Amino acid sequence: MALVVNRPKLSLAERCYLPSLLAGLAITWKHLKRAIFNKGIVTMQYPEEKWDANMPDWYRGAPTLVVDENGREKCVSCQLCEFICPPRAITIKPMEIPENDKWRKVEKRPEEFDIDMARCIYCGLCEEVCPEEAIFLRKDYSITGLNRAEMVHDKKTLYKLGGVMKGLVFKWNELK
Amino acid sequence: MDTSLIIHFLTIPWVFLLWTTALKSFIFLNIVIIVVSVTVFAERKVSAFIQDRIGPNRVGIPLTLLGAKKDSFFWGLGQMVADPIKLLTKENFVPAGVNKFYFWLAPKLVMIPPILILAVLPFGSTLFGISMTICSLNIGILYIFAIASLSVYGITLAGWASNSKFPFIGGIRSSSQMISYELSLGLSIVPVFMICGSLNLNEIVDWQVTNGWLISPYWPKGLSVASLLHPSDVIHALIAGISIQRLLLWFPLLVSFIIFTVSIFAETNRLPFDLPEAEQELVGGYHTEYASMNFALFFLGEYAAMFAGSGAIVSIFLGGWSLPFIPDGSHGFLWGLVNILAFFAKVSLLLLFFIWVRWTLPRFRYDQLMKLGWLGFFPIALGNIFVTAVILALVHH
Repeated sequence: MALVVNRPKLSLAERCYLPSLLAGLAITWKHLKRAIFNKGIVTMQYPEEKWDANMPDWYRGAPTLVVDENGREKCVSCQLCEFICPPRAITIKPMEIPENDKWRKVEKRPEEFDIDMARCIYCGLCEEVCPEEAIFLRKDYSITGLNRAEMVHDKKTLYKLGGVMKGLVFKWNELK
Repeated sequence: MDTSLIIHFLTIPWVFLLWTTALKSFIFLNIVIIVVSVTVFAERKVSAFIQDRIGPNRVGIPLTLLGAKKDSFFWGLGQMVADPIKLLTKENFVPAGVNKFYFWLAPKLVMIPPILILAVLPFGSTLFGISMTICSLNIGILYIFAIASLSVYGITLAGWASNSKFPFIGGIRSSSQMISYELSLGLSIVPVFMICGSLNLNEIVDWQVTNGWLISPYWPKGLSVASLLHPSDVIHALIAGISIQRLLLWFPLLVSFIIFTVSIFAETNRLPFDLPEAEQELVGGYHTEYASMNFALFFLGEYAAMFAGSGAIVSIFLGGWSLPFIPDGSHGFLWGLVNILAFFAKVSLLLLFFIWVRWTLPRFRYDQLMKLGWLGFFPIALGNIFVTAVILALVHH
């Protein structure tokens, strides 16, 4: 049996719009009055007020390089992140670790490590692909610059943003 | 040159008329442009408040650049200056394939009619004995209708000359909408002529000064600040104000007022009648293809039309420049200023109402719009004329 949906019978007041218009105006007036006295406003004024405290742990912000507890830079410049990076934002120039260095046995470290933040898409593939747990996406999201050159994060900036990461696998210990 | 000679020259009647009119026009036009830019700011601010937001509050004076500790924001009032600067300095992009002549002509055709309407609005009583109407026209309201219907050309031409589908639909909608609502606009005002017996806006306002605003059913005649001291005068005025004819006329006048106001909304393309520019359906409607100052002219035109429409509503129904107990400009130049302020205050309140309505009501569907205009307002306005005629003919007291 076919289902019959009856059209609601509208009363004259409903058909001539005016009562519902007035009801609507009353509602917006209430909001206007409340907002004028600075109550009930939901806007967060961005640079002054931030949502940082409520940011989830898995938030993917700017990629950064980290050092471990011993002060060794974790990156061994295998360049896997450079090759997987979809927008090709990462450029690494590897170098050999000098003979007299404490971490000579690691053999390689980056001489230059540039991430072009104008290209970075914050996908996190670099973090995922890194075999040394050296690159992490941290919570910095407000990356700004006045020109393209300023948008490139060099090695120094990346380590400054990354800082020390504790509790990672200590791969290059005394035994190895 | 001798100063007395200059004064003598300036007081020759036609020269006097010329320079006072030019001065009045200049000042009134500038005030209106300022009011328009304030209205644009108020629109953004009120819409923000209604939606529980803050609205523009950043543009101010960058005092930190000059060495101060904090910037001064002034509640974002700098936005009123920043908006025109932005629009003036943007590239005036003209797409390929438009009909260049009409494309450039259309924004001017939208801007000019509302400004022409300002000429007949009595924005004050008198100042130093000079009437505060730029042009006291005997066919004032007919002039308003004639000029207001010209603004449809601008919008339709803009839609057509843009050579693009969305502006075209917007232009077509606009023409049908404005023509439909002009009908009820014109008819709704006929009861006012029958009561006031004049088409001159000055005379309509003068009638309201003596007999009370047209939307009020009761008006204590001759009550002034001076008579408040004498209780007998007050009682006399209160009794003299009661008139059965006036009470009966209140109903048709209220209907006239509602139809006229709603039609003004439709004429100025304001929500809930903003079908010509319906953002959600037509991108930007008739001004989709316009940029920078050409677009700003449409914008200014819309808000100037709002001002002109509000001015017409105030002059016809809300007593124009008059306020109860406030004498007109012939009692001193301060009262003349108060009258001018009263007019602008009333218009501002109406503009606020325009904005308030815009952020409350959803847009009409096209068929609903036509139905409301042709099956709702048109017959009601027509019937209203007969009701008024019957009341005027049968009830004399």
